[in-house]
Amino acid sequence: MEHIVLRHRNIPGLDKLDVYLANGGFETFKRVVTSMKPEEVIKIVMASGLKGRGGAGFPTGLKWSFLTKNRPAYYVVCNSDESEPGTFKDREIMEKNPFQLLEGIMITAFAARANTAYNYMRGEFWPVAKVLDTKIAELRARGFLGKNLFGTDYSLDVHLHLGAGAYICGEESALLESIEGKMGQPRLKPPFPADKGLYGMPTVINNTETLTNVPLIVARGAEWYQSIGVKNSAGTKVMCLSGHVNKPGNYELPFGVTLRQVIYDHGGGVPSGKKVKAVMMSGASSVVLSVTDEILDMSLDYDSVAAKGAALGSASVIVMDESVDLSWVILKTTRFFKHESCGKCTPCREGNYWMLHILERLHSGEGTKADVDLLNSVASQVQGKCLCPLGEFAVTPVLSSLKAFRADFDARAKDAAKPKPAPAAKPTPKKEPMAGND
Amino acid sequence: MLAEKYREQIAATLAKYPADQKRSAVMPLLYMAQSEYGYVTKEALAEVAEIVGVEPTQVASIVGFYSLYYDHAGGQHRVQVCTDLPCALRGADKFADDLCAKFGIKLGETTKDGMFTIEGVMCVAACDKAPVFQAQNKEGIVYHENQTVESAVKVMEELKGKK
Ligand SMILES: Cc1cc2nc3c(=O)[nH]c(=O)nc-3n(C[C@H](O)[C@H](O)[C@H](O)COP(=O)(O)O)c2cc1C
Ligand code: FES
Repeated sequence: MEHIVLRHRNIPGLDKLDVYLANGGFETFKRVVTSMKPEEVIKIVMASGLKGRGGAGFPTGLKWSFLTKNRPAYYVVCNSDESEPGTFKDREIMEKNPFQLLEGIMITAFAARANTAYNYMRGEFWPVAKVLDTKIAELRARGFLGKNLFGTDYSLDVHLHLGAGAYICGEESALLESIEGKMGQPRLKPPFPADKGLYGMPTVINNTETLTNVPLIVARGAEWYQSIGVKNSAGTKVMCLSGHVNKPGNYELPFGVTLRQVIYDHGGGVPSGKKVKAVMMSGASSVVLSVTDEILDMSLDYDSVAAKGAALGSASVIVMDESVDLSWVILKTTRFFKHESCGKCTPCREGNYWMLHILERLHSGEGTKADVDLLNSVASQVQGKCLCPLGEFAVTPVLSSLKAFRADFDARAKDAAKPKPAPAAKPTPKKEPMAGND
Repeated sequence: MLAEKYREQIAATLAKYPADQKRSAVMPLLYMAQSEYGYVTKEALAEVAEIVGVEPTQVASIVGFYSLYYDHAGGQHRVQVCTDLPCALRGADKFADDLCAKFGIKLGETTKDGMFTIEGVMCVAACDKAPVFQAQNKEGIVYHENQTVESAVKVMEELKGKK
């Protein structure tokens, strides 16, 4: 298949400016700046059906059209925080196809009437940022960034901003706080970024993969993009395949591919021919799906995954084989969310603390079946009560796996019926000291 | 003093943000301080606060909030093994424990010679290349992917040689 986002897999050396230029690079940006109106660009992206690849799947062009008119400044921010466990696509884009991302950011900036754009990268991407900075410098040197571009009155510069190890900064309003030099705590919405974003100005914020689609959409047109994928899910999606598969990695595939094809045809199947027990479709914050033939034949597009009670989100597919104990999986996810809760709202801060406490008790052999009920009850109480979706993310795997795999949790209880059904061949997890402020 | 030693870099950092939004530079400046002193010292806090024009306590709250800033010295090299779910499904917990055992420490501890701190960290966006660790020191962060205990020990020996 021809790649759109991972086009470097078809064109060797695409991370070099000369190669990128030889393949039509920045022609679209130049054409847009010299001959189009911002509204015309927004119209094309809207008609293409492109939806946000950062998780929520919101229509991209529509989001751009919400920008409040007649304000003194506009900003575009690219979300390269990529911190959802199981997600590793934006890093590949930045490392291997950096100019297409930058051109996407630049076209978006023109459409948003922004003269400054920031790419927010998680702090661990420090080495990636070092290289990306040199790419931006090349664009300035060649006159693709700077004042009065191509002799017009449009000026633009792009800067990188590094985070410093906080998952919550992937949430758009927390991310904006972080660029402003504050703690990354989410803002109350509304107002939305399109009205009051960075420095109080209207701001477009999109994911890395979303923006990397933009140059080809504007170059080839909305109809071309709509011709790929399925209804309501136009184009391709980079699937991040991890866990129990023979060939984990990024696979850019048209929407509509089935889970079975992703795991078996592309991912090479499950090691030792084991069966798949469960999958998480969008990283650690997903609904845990119990895998049946019906789930394996599910079409991977926004509507079909939603119809199964899950979300395609960033398409970070974590595969778990039949040896996995779901209570151990939930210990891992809960530890993550407890560590990453920003502490601003009580249900998320306290709820995650208590859920982890209960899970650790179960795993130390001291827990009872009443603890499993307590876990269910704490998670249910957190649900729907948090300031931002992080709290919701944290309880989603807990509640869904308690529903589908309750036996795995009960088997951990000391008052469980003996003999224990042998769960995972996993060592009993112990309390792990985590880096940084736990 | 950062302000004198890195005058040009600081000016370039401030120039990335609107003139009335100097505070935005606090994160890049903290990285600068950390690479200069090894961690964010009290003096560094005050220096950064002065440059961006906020109170040192505000800078301290930033250091406390973000896990990649340190307010105390650790080993010269932080070896941060991802033990999050996708990596753990591919054996990362055992890898981390075995690596620690090689150095006679537990996860989260520092070797006696002060050279290495081995820590478990959350997902670092390299889940398809587990086991993975990042080596963090004054020079920055380097990813080491598809590791075995043997290859990791080798990487660490090389780091030790470099000092
Ligand atoms: C806790 C939390 C973490 C998030 N992390 C990320 C992230 O790492 N990368 C990302 O692009 N979006 C992330 N998002 C979604 C963003 O808030 C936002 O919806 C997205 O950047 C919009 O871009 P898109 O429309 O192109 O997807 C996160 C949201 C929440 C609530
Ligand atoms: S889980 Fe280890 S890098 Fe993602």
